[in-house]
Amino acid sequence: MRGSISNRRLFEPRSLRDALRMLRDEGPLVPMAGCTDLYVSLNFGTLKDTRFLNLWRLDALRKIETRGAGVSIGALATHTNIMRSALVGKRLPMLAAACREIGGVQIQNRGTLGGNVANASPAGDTLPVLAAADAVVVLASAGGIRRVPFTAFYTGYRRSVMRPDELIVAFDIPAVHGRQWFRKVGTRAAQAISKVVMAACDDDRPRIAVGSVGPTVVRLPRTEAALASGASIADARRTLVDEITPIDDLRSTAEYRRRVAANLLARCLTEFGMS
Amino acid sequence: MPIPVRLRVNNTSCEHTVEPRVLLVHYLRDFCGLTGTHVGCETGICGACTVLVDGQPVKSCTMFAVQADGFDVTTIEGIATNGHLHPVQQGFWDCHGLQCGFCTPGMIMASVHLLAQNASPSREQIAEGLRGNLCRCTGYSHIFDAVNQAAGQSARITGVARG
Ligand SMILES: Cc1cc2nc3c(=O)[nH]c(=O)nc-3n(C[C@H](O)[C@H](O)[C@H](O)COP(=O)(O)OP(=O)(O)OC[C@H]3O[C@@H](n4cnc5c(N)ncnc54)[C@H](O)[C@@H]3O)c2cc1C
Ligand code: FES
Ligand code: FES
Repeated sequence: MRGSISNRRLFEPRSLRDALRMLRDEGPLVPMAGCTDLYVSLNFGTLKDTRFLNLWRLDALRKIETRGAGVSIGALATHTNIMRSALVGKRLPMLAAACREIGGVQIQNRGTLGGNVANASPAGDTLPVLAAADAVVVLASAGGIRRVPFTAFYTGYRRSVMRPDELIVAFDIPAVHGRQWFRKVGTRAAQAISKVVMAACDDDRPRIAVGSVGPTVVRLPRTEAALASGASIADARRTLVDEITPIDDLRSTAEYRRRVAANLLARCLTEFGMS
Repeated sequence: MPIPVRLRVNNTSCEHTVEPRVLLVHYLRDFCGLTGTHVGCETGICGACTVLVDGQPVKSCTMFAVQADGFDVTTIEGIATNGHLHPVQQGFWDCHGLQCGFCTPGMIMASVHLLAQNASPSREQIAEGLRGNLCRCTGYSHIFDAVNQAAGQSARITGVARG
């Protein structure tokens, strides 16, 4: 591995409590889950840290269970675990759809929901789902637990409210009524970072989130409000185009992203039976 | 700080003391001498390094050897039985499923798992199951033929891959 002759240290906690104590007493440590993002940055030499905390064996963080009428998903649940979960299939099919689009089978077997969120790429495919579903991020430290609404989790490009002594332990996702929708646009699904990714549900009012069109995943409050007060698809498209702030980068142009996001919205609303 | 690891590779137990930074793929190649598993991109993209860990395909460049401690690893060297190619290997042989051969070990391991999950996949399902593996030579068509042929003989597949 390039750029890694240095002495790396690995901490192997036996339990979540162990892990949180290590983070407090031995920190800063870099948590390792499936490592599908971590190794890429290690290999490119962009990650200088040499002390790691291996979460992979903390099976208690892999649970997917009912929580009221909603679902609670452990941070270490892999994309494969989520795709195969009957509970997710029933209550949150848009999340199963997102996980199915992530990488190939090898990446799905290792990549975790917690890693996708903590990695904080604005193109993470599960992020719009969690945003549209009004998920809550459950963070734990040696000092206790706190619960942060997913829509308040990111504070900027690859920045979040998570502290270095905290881990994501789970996502609590309230019941989503009405239909759910997910769509990713990229060059080759298994290998490509999304150019635009959208999730939506039409609970008592429509909730729509888009990734890859700004520094973080975004909800579209203006578009949602317009739709809630009866806007047509054409009006909603116009509101969305004003509301998002994509950039030109090596994957595509801002103009392309605006157009694709508007097309996705139109497709979604049509499938929801609006006009 | 080297760490002891003990795992089973192709049904043989292996014990070594390794630096935590050693990737599973380098462990297999350099410590176990199993160079059938290839290293392409080292960034999780190409799939050449695919092996089965407890029956599940993973890219062994996205795992440290110490993370495989206690697990059961199957590599391309471990799927033929008594000198007989695994049906997937035979399929690649018969249908020209390879040209340069660089992607082949990873393609085969991913295919072995694919057939363990679904004994008679459609062509679309084969493409879907192999979408984490890249090939720069074949255009994929002969690879899909190879897997398709192997599927026809799935009764003979011995179940290297579980789950
Ligand atoms: C070939 C390839 C294809 C990919 N395709 C896609 C794709 O299509 N869509 C997509 O969204 N992503 C994709 N990815 C990116 C990646 O697989 C996902 O983001 C995955 O979900 C990351 O999870 P992980 O467990 O591997 O994270 P890791 O690599 O282990 O960790 C990622 C980051 O999160 C931190 N972290 C992990 N778990 C926790 C936790 N519980 N608490 C706090 N911090 C934590 C780590 O410290 C690290 O900073 C791809 C990657 C590769 C290599
Ligand atoms: S070498 Fe592991 S995926 Fe390319
Ligand atoms: S045969 Fe050459 S890369 Fe696939």
